[in-house]
Formats: sequence, C-alpha cells, structure tokens
Amino acid sequence: MIDKRVATLADAVAGIGDEATVLIGGFGDSGVPVELVHALLDQGARDLTVVTNNAGSGERDVAALIRERRVRKIVCSYPRSAGSIWFEELWRAGEIELELVPQGTLSERMRAAGAGLGGFFTPTGADTLLAEGKEVRVLGGRRQVFEEPLPGDVALVKAHRADRWGNLVYRTAARNFGPTMATAAALTVVQVEEFVELGELDPEAVVTPGIYVDRVVAVRAP
Amino acid sequence: MIAPLAAVDLARRVAADIPDGSYANLGIGLPTLVADVVGPDKEIVYHSENGILGMGPAPAPGTGDPELINAGKQPVTLLPGGAFFHHTDAFMMMRGGHIDVTVLGAFQVSERGDLANWITDVATMPPAVGGAMDLAVGAQRVLVMTTHVTREGRPKLLPRCSFPLTAAGVVDRVYTDLAVLDVTPEGFVVLEMAPGLTAVELQGLTAARLSFADELGVLPTG
Repeated sequence: MIDKRVATLADAVAGIGDEATVLIGGFGDSGVPVELVHALLDQGARDLTVVTNNAGSGERDVAALIRERRVRKIVCSYPRSAGSIWFEELWRAGEIELELVPQGTLSERMRAAGAGLGGFFTPTGADTLLAEGKEVRVLGGRRQVFEEPLPGDVALVKAHRADRWGNLVYRTAARNFGPTMATAAALTVVQVEEFVELGELDPEAVVTPGIYVDRVVAVRAP
Repeated sequence: MIAPLAAVDLARRVAADIPDGSYANLGIGLPTLVADVVGPDKEIVYHSENGILGMGPAPAPGTGDPELINAGKQPVTLLPGGAFFHHTDAFMMMRGGHIDVTVLGAFQVSERGDLANWITDVATMPPAVGGAMDLAVGAQRVLVMTTHVTREGRPKLLPRCSFPLTAAGVVDRVYTDLAVLDVTPEGFVVLEMAPGLTAVELQGLTAARLSFADELGVLPTG
C-alpha cells in the first residue's frame, strides 16, 4: 500500500539535515510553499543552500529563513525586490553567499538533475559576467556555456490537489518551478490545499506523477 | 528644439511592427505599454516567463487571483485559449526560439547589437538577472524600446556597451523616442526620425556612428 500523505507539517519536514540543499518553489508570492518553509524554520536545520527564484520578501518564508541566519548560500535568478531587505542586509554584510543564475538556466539545471543528465550547453549567458569561469564552446555557430545539473537533497513544492500516490495538479501560475523541482530532489515534499481519492484526478491532467513525490501534507487555503 | 515622442506614440510604433498571430514576450517597464495599444485587428499571444500563454490585462480591482501574476509580479488575467505550464516549459519556449518577438528595455545597445539591460552597478546592489538573458538570446526577433539618451542626457546607443552585457549581438531593431534604427553588419542604420529632427542633431545625441536609410521616414505622433 502506498500512502505518501503525512499528518502534520512537522512530519513533512522531518529529517531534513544541516547543510542540505533545499529547492523551494515559487515566483514572487505565487506558488510559494509558505507553510512548509515555516515548518522548516521551526524544524531547525541550518547552513542550508536554498535554490529558489527570488530571495524572499518582507518577513515571510524564504526571507524569514534568511533573517534567522539559516541560509549559508542562495542560488537564484532575481534576489532583488521591493521587500528583499533581509537578503540585501546579509549580502552586504558578507553573511550569505549568492550564486546568480539566469532563470531559464536555473530551471534547466534542475531539469538536468531530474533527467539524469551530466549538464548541458546553452547560449544563455555567453559573453556575460555569469559565464565567468565556465567552459564555452562554439556549437551550431553560437558560443555556448556549459552548465551543471543542480540537484536538491529536498524540494519543497506547493500544488493544488494530491491523491495518496502523490499525483499532483496545480493551480494557475502557481505551478511555476514545482514540477521541475519535484523531479530534481532526493526527497520531494509537497503541500496541497486538499487530498482527493485515488482515481479522482483526471489522468490526462496530472502534471506531476506521484513517482516524483515522497510526502504530501494538506494545508487549507487561508 | 528637439521634441521626443511620447511613450504611447513610441508604443504604437513598436506595435505596428508586431505581425498578427505573433507569440510575443514584453519586458518589464516601457515595453508593457505595447500590449495596450495593439489594435483589435491583430491577435497576439502574450507569453509570461512564469508559465502563461494568452496573458490578458490586469483584473478589475478587487477581483483576480493572487497567484496569477506576470513577470513583473503584477496581477493579470488569462484570455480564452490561454494555457498554463511549468517554468522549464516557459523557458523552453524562450530559449528554444519559439517566441517570435520580444520587446525589451535597455540601459545600452551597441552598434553590434550587444544589449545591456540587467545591471549598472555590481558593487552596491546585489545583482539580479531574472529571465533577461534567456529572452535576449532565444527570441526570434529582439526589439529594444528605450529613450534615446539617459535621464542625464548620456547616449545609450554606443560603439561598445560599458555596462555588463545581457547578451552579445542579439538586437535586431531599436525604437527610441527620437528614431527607429536597424542593427546591421555596418552598424546602426536610421530608418525613421521624430518630426523636425535633423540627422546632425540625432548623431549629436548618439555615441555610435549612424548611417541613414535612403528614404528616411518620419515617426508618427498623436
């Protein structure tokens, strides 16, 4: 019997260790697994490497992790926003490392990890600061940069509905990085708004098949 | 007396060059004006990097879905026929050459078509790139929409960019509030100029050397 549902947020983030690489879904405030990130904050893991598109805003989710000095390094495409005060403060103080990655390369590096690839060449970033120190080859007449896969120890993802096998559907643009991150981590933890019975999700519409998912917890929409 | 085009007139001029049936991605800032002035005679499908095709205008106040946002993190709507997909797919569309046209803002453009639009000062602000490099490299046609000079009156069209590049040799055409210019192997060629402007005046506001089309057009206003 397969049942990936867990009862509490604490169960969902149990066992995440210090120095883990944590992939966290979301784009701006859309699709962020806020409750899972707060559970990770309560759980206590530290010296984390966080992979996420933005560096958090205000006092919530990723910003709170950074504020509490739990993040040693952040890998992201756009750490700056109107409310990214905690990231900026620690970055200026040299207390957090930033690896800046073009957004499509960030996503594709996680896809490569999920697909078992050893990396890929892309023209994105060629002849820019973000290609410094990386191998460049001319392929198909274009200068292309070698990018390595970006696997996670853990992925924290927000979806809309799940069944006990961990099949997932998402809602509108909240889907963003979720399906790719789910494939790229050793442990994929998902929060959903509701559970449904096995067979209730239209198999033609399942976005993330349960094979990629390890734990699912239900968090009611606020 | 040099009279630059109003932003809305500039947007209309850019819109006139986007063919009916195009899949388009509009950059943050000035380029978003283009969607507001495309006539009802054209059907253009707008793409957003966070997983939307068929993006529509902002929702009426008090309505809308907080997770349905555009690349600038502003609330938007989905038009009939629109679709959601995940981030890696969204960037596959950009990086794989499936987006017909993008309109981007710029800090600087060089006569070789190099684009600088992501960072001006690496020392004091954390760098942030988002999807700028992916879009500049991957879109079939890269249009730049910008003021001809900076707020301080410095030229933006240069022999070489002094700011860090977003991408090298990617810009096809530049639309400024003073002129429309093609990037060619021989450098910038002026196609149209604002009413009343002379070639000598335009060259005086441009650091790159300009050539002029045989039949020079006048930018429409009003």
